[in-house]
Amino acid sequence: MTTDKTWGKKILRDMLLIRNFEETADKLTLRGKVPGGMHNSSGQEAVAVGVMSALDPKDVIATTHRSHHHTIAKGMPVDIVMAELFTKATGCSGGRGASMHLADVENGHFGGNGIVGAGVGIAMGAAMGIKQMGHKKVAVGFVGDGGMNTGRTWEAVNMAVIYKLPFILIVDNNQYAVETFVERVTGGNDIAKRGAGFGLPSYTIDGQDVEEVHRYTKEARERALAGEGPSFINALTYRYYGHNVGEKGQYRTQEEIADWRSHRDPIDRFSAKLISEGALSQGEYEEMIASVAKEIEAAVDFAEKSPLPDVSTILDGVDSGLLGVRK
Amino acid sequence: MSTTTPTAQQNPTYSEAFQSGVREEMKRNEHIFILGTDLVERGGHFAQVKGIAQEFGQDRVKDSPISEAAMVAAGLGSAMYGCHPIIDLNFIDFSLGAMDEIVNQAAKIRFMFNRPVPIVIRATSGVALGGAHHCNSLESLFAHTAGLSVAVPSRAYDVKGLIKTALRTPDPVVFLMHKKLSGVRGEIGDENTLIPFGSANVVKAGKDAAIITYGYTTVTAQKAAQTLAEQGIDVEIIDLRTLYPLDTDTINETVQRFGRVVVADEAPMFGSITAEIAATASEANFKYLKGPIVRIGGARAPLSANPQMSEAAIPSVAGIVDAVKKVMSY
Repeated sequence: MTTDKTWGKKILRDMLLIRNFEETADKLTLRGKVPGGMHNSSGQEAVAVGVMSALDPKDVIATTHRSHHHTIAKGMPVDIVMAELFTKATGCSGGRGASMHLADVENGHFGGNGIVGAGVGIAMGAAMGIKQMGHKKVAVGFVGDGGMNTGRTWEAVNMAVIYKLPFILIVDNNQYAVETFVERVTGGNDIAKRGAGFGLPSYTIDGQDVEEVHRYTKEARERALAGEGPSFINALTYRYYGHNVGEKGQYRTQEEIADWRSHRDPIDRFSAKLISEGALSQGEYEEMIASVAKEIEAAVDFAEKSPLPDVSTILDGVDSGLLGVRK
Repeated sequence: MSTTTPTAQQNPTYSEAFQSGVREEMKRNEHIFILGTDLVERGGHFAQVKGIAQEFGQDRVKDSPISEAAMVAAGLGSAMYGCHPIIDLNFIDFSLGAMDEIVNQAAKIRFMFNRPVPIVIRATSGVALGGAHHCNSLESLFAHTAGLSVAVPSRAYDVKGLIKTALRTPDPVVFLMHKKLSGVRGEIGDENTLIPFGSANVVKAGKDAAIITYGYTTVTAQKAAQTLAEQGIDVEIIDLRTLYPLDTDTINETVQRFGRVVVADEAPMFGSITAEIAATASEANFKYLKGPIVRIGGARAPLSANPQMSEAAIPSVAGIVDAVKKVMSY
């Protein structure tokens, strides 16, 4: 199917923006600019952009420790994301969260998370809130293949099914739980079958094909809005870098990584499609790459120049203070 | 406390006081809903929400699968979205299956994301029959966790006043109701009676020494006070009502006034809230103390199902009497 030209260019640019952000942030992390380090999502852009392009900006997401791509695709400006990685006051969480705790709850981003599977439950809860209030929205929970083996994920899936919540679970399945290959630790070895066992529509899809991800998410969203309940999408993808920046990575071969990069890269595949369909010229593509680089450069500059949070505020916002003490 | 007034039979129970407070707040705020096991027909294992599903419908009182992590996650996600859920975990022992959702998520979201998480996590707590998995006193764990507030009411009046406050405050509150108090009747306040957290109650005035306590131990302390009165010792009893915020003003005033203080509860003493109180109150008021603040609490052992063994693990009337006599000896 031919891709709409304007839509296609936006999708491609979003993926390029994420790729450049990650590769830039990775280098900055190695230079000590990102306290606590980060988890690079390079290679997984199509899952984030494919899902987010099928959502309404007011829909809710909650995600994982590897969430830069989801966050940028959701629409958070890259300078705010970068500033948060630097733990600066101008970051989305005021420097309190860094790489793993990106959020903009007001705009439907209910947070990255340091705990595997926790974002699934939060998104399921948001879906319950949406249903309680009678709103026409969906909530999407992201989880990795590692999160397929923690109980809380399945508790949340079951609850979404029994209450018919407007919920979509996306397995951003990069096939490695830190250094452990998914097949070594996943009984039955068919994640979508597990979902199906809970009685919801469950699919395994090509997470390197941004249009396929978009299409499945869009259909899941339509079912949810029609009151048909949740869906389960296992999107097969691959991360090019280690679990965390600086990881040595002896657990997989360079050939395997090179194979995914050269044959299944989501950006290369989609840009080639747009070019072959005449929706994009080589010149336009190069301009796009340059403009993305400029945007990321400005984000780094913003993050560098931003002030640090005031350490005298470490007790602020722990609770509302409204419960009050005597007097 | 043992006096029976002619109207006592008409007074609601501790559990009914919870129903009353919740009903009033559910009428006031359409975004309050309750999620827990066996709530709709049974009304909860302690009748704490009996009749509420019939009155408000099953959109607002939901029977849950036994999935504690998902129950609290449902609560915190919907609270972030704008609801004010009450998550009924039945026994607080079961909260351990949702500790990540409570401690890592609900408690920390406001701090990191500047987003309120108005959620009440209700559970029955404290030592009674039922053994090691139904008798934990986990309040110190929750009070220890920044971002959580902890209510531990000892009478119907406080149950109602505190749950109403909790449901009007955009914070995660752990609301612990002692199982041995469920059927105890008492007066309750009207719909405008809200009890602030961090406000202790003087259960009994006295002039010789003070017992600072909460929950069911408030009852044990009152029995001890009768025994002590027969021996000419007049103790004051302070019921903390909430452990966080903690009424440090009342604690400090009490220590300064008496210089002879016992801190009592039934949670395992090692690393407990009584240690926090004794340490900070001693540090702040050392010159007023006639001797060390004496603590009495639970054994650092799992609770036994055998009633006599279980009783032996927590403060008895005689144990509290002895603790008071010890501070009187200084």
